[in-house]
Amino acid sequence: MADLTSNFIGIKSPNPFWLASAPPTDKEYNVRRAFEAGWGGVVWKTLGEAGPPVVNVNGPRYGAIWGADRRLLGLNNIELITDRPLEVNLEEMTRVKKDYPDRALIASLMVPVNEESWKRILEAVAGTGCDGVELNFGCPHGMSERGMGSAVGQVPEYVGQVAEWCKTYTDLPVIVKLTPNITDIRKPAQAAKQSGADAVSLINTINSITSVNLDSFSPEPSVDGLGAHGGYCGPAVKPIALNMVAEIARDPATAGLPISGIGGVTTWRDAAEFMALGAGNVQVCTAAMTYGFKVVQEMISGLSQYMDEKGFASVDELVGRAVPQVVNWQDLNLNYIAKARIDQDACIKCGRCYAACEDTSHQAISMSPDRVFEVKDDECVACNLCVNVCPVEGCITMEQMAPGTVDPRTGKVVEKDYANWTTHPNNPGSCAAE
Amino acid sequence: MSPSPLTPGVTAARLAPDEYAENFTDLHAPLDPHEAVVAADRCYFCHDAPCMTACPTSIDIPLFIRQIATGTPEAAAETILDQNILGGMCARVCPTETLCEEVCVREVAEGKPVEIGRLQRYATDTVMARNIHPFTRAEATGRRVAVVGAGPAGLACAHRLALHGHEVTLYDARPKPGGLNEYGIAAYKSTDNFAAREVDWLLQIGGITLETGQRLGDGLSLDSLRAGFDAVFLGIGLGGVNALGLEGEDRDGLRDAVDFIAELRQSSDLTGLPIGRDVVVIGGGMTAVDAAVQAKLLGALNVTLVYRRGRDRMNASRYEQDLAASKGVRIVTNAQPVAIHGNGAVREIEFAYTDDALTPTGDTLRLPADQVFKAIGQTLTGDGLPVLEGRKIAVTGPGRTSVKGVWAGGDCASGGDDLTVTAVAEGRDAAEDIHAALTGAKEA
Repeated sequence: MADLTSNFIGIKSPNPFWLASAPPTDKEYNVRRAFEAGWGGVVWKTLGEAGPPVVNVNGPRYGAIWGADRRLLGLNNIELITDRPLEVNLEEMTRVKKDYPDRALIASLMVPVNEESWKRILEAVAGTGCDGVELNFGCPHGMSERGMGSAVGQVPEYVGQVAEWCKTYTDLPVIVKLTPNITDIRKPAQAAKQSGADAVSLINTINSITSVNLDSFSPEPSVDGLGAHGGYCGPAVKPIALNMVAEIARDPATAGLPISGIGGVTTWRDAAEFMALGAGNVQVCTAAMTYGFKVVQEMISGLSQYMDEKGFASVDELVGRAVPQVVNWQDLNLNYIAKARIDQDACIKCGRCYAACEDTSHQAISMSPDRVFEVKDDECVACNLCVNVCPVEGCITMEQMAPGTVDPRTGKVVEKDYANWTTHPNNPGSCAAE
Repeated sequence: MSPSPLTPGVTAARLAPDEYAENFTDLHAPLDPHEAVVAADRCYFCHDAPCMTACPTSIDIPLFIRQIATGTPEAAAETILDQNILGGMCARVCPTETLCEEVCVREVAEGKPVEIGRLQRYATDTVMARNIHPFTRAEATGRRVAVVGAGPAGLACAHRLALHGHEVTLYDARPKPGGLNEYGIAAYKSTDNFAAREVDWLLQIGGITLETGQRLGDGLSLDSLRAGFDAVFLGIGLGGVNALGLEGEDRDGLRDAVDFIAELRQSSDLTGLPIGRDVVVIGGGMTAVDAAVQAKLLGALNVTLVYRRGRDRMNASRYEQDLAASKGVRIVTNAQPVAIHGNGAVREIEFAYTDDALTPTGDTLRLPADQVFKAIGQTLTGDGLPVLEGRKIAVTGPGRTSVKGVWAGGDCASGGDDLTVTAVAEGRDAAEDIHAALTGAKEA
């Protein structure tokens, strides 16, 4: 069993799997169950100001999209921050932390953008014994209409200002949670770093309407015939989250800024991918909401097996390993030539590759009367669509052409040296080698 | 003492009433909506799909399955019924394991095909339950067509002709329409009076007058039909049953399997249907299996199906053979009947074992038998029919016979493989040809 212990900005936990601030972490009861199941840390459901708590809708709070066999692929929610009194949450947090001193307990916070409000809430949570605070600048629904949540996260100056206040009024590590509902995720991350924040966490949920009821013509989830956009999460958002994590990890302005990766983490593999792209740990919500807290056991065993197989002594050895390989398009090797290859023994002759290529791509697959499908190298641009639509994993592969051979499509010899767009003769901005 | 499977002779009520109900329930339970979506999701939507090619009626299977997957089983049903108006029955009785599902790429790859038959049933059941008939008759043409035989071929032909606006008179010798769907297939494949419900649903197209109790050669003649109608379609099936050619074939307890099945299908109370303790079925086709399995389900103690050749030569599919075996039917192959023993009623039947060339090996087998069902094939009966090819009506192209203005299809016509689905295809295609001939689009 590999050593999964995690030290994220000085916050120690027995593994890098935290539960994100969300409905699963709203109460002592749930959080105790989570810790008993094995979660390394919990970001408590976001606390608001003292006084009358927010209210939630009492109709549906979640909408979803499903794949085959009703497998949940994406979830959206319109629940607001905790609707329980602040003092109740603080008492519960204190009790839980006392009973689980080895687990990470983070207070997620959201109060109006003024210095006094932030000072007061930081003072309030200090007594709980929590290990850090996370500033919720991400929630895209409800609270954003009141100038909080993603309304702050979308303005880098606000992000920087609040982070600065927090660093002033607390000694606890400060994590800034970012909204993906923004054009350039690097800007709020840069603001957070410049203001002294210890880390960023991302992504929060994405503005979404999961579906439309075609009888009532209401968006889903529908509350008495009306719907508001919610925050989208779950497996479907993972590719978006991975890219945003990578953007921050490879931006020189934020290089080295610790990242807590969030967004569709469902299996150990998802977690490992986030970590390879620079996340120091991960936060999970939808997987737990879909399958219960027990899923963490698969994450622990899977990551452990992977690390053993790779010979990684600690999770830190995995963190960031994929970042150097994330580049801009212009840095890709244009001399790399591949062709699709169909393994005739594995092929089940469904013809989807043929339909996809013939109808929507490059007419580079032939079909014989007895349903043998073969790649026409003189047409194949190695787009990979056939690989992606083939129902048999590993049946179609992209094989690199050896340097020195002739690409039948272009009639040109495959060059062995790397060359990208910046030096390509078709690029008006390229500098030709003299 | 009430009868049990052990009671000797031919007797009714060998089982408890609820056992009959359980035994004769649907062979394959219908898919519920979620199961249907999950089953539909397994379809790869193949290009130029092999299943579609394998279907005698060329149903666009990938399309209808996708229509189920996207929550429109009604549209799926229309895709099916447009090609095969008896798609509901075919979903139940088609030997899919030797047709569409045999060539499904997932059968080839994993040995587990997409459940095309059950999905087809889900779609067609949906529209029938809602009593939707998704076809509208064209404007009346004033042309009249006689369709003789209200089995699968005749029904498919009549519906397609009516759809095109022709006026159809549909004759059948039996009291009820449906042909083998109504009288000739196992009850557990057509539960809840499905065959009759399907005919009622089909007739909603309008323009079809049903005349039952009208047999060709017995009041109806081909000449009078030709004189009275613009075209005639013969879908009369095979009315005769082959004999064993043995002495004592008239002994009590010996009967045709088709009669037994018809009696069972028309029985309103299976507990009252007598069955032997020791039942022997002779034959290797679907009728033999249907008779043997149902004999077992009625409470017979021993049911033996005896076929003169090897299992690989049986017309019943491997699936049907396994079904019979799973119900407790013993299958004996390479044995042909040579003598019927008994005094008045059959008591034993004697078989000679044969090799693959049907040469006796010298070994014999004697099976106790209270009842013997013959299922060794059926024959065309009737006089004054068009020219025959072998023992069936010779047809060329879409069912054209030697007689101008007379078409034929289904089991009575040459070619095809005596399946419901083939009969539907032949009836449909003959109807299109008749339509073309009547509207001058094509010379008959």
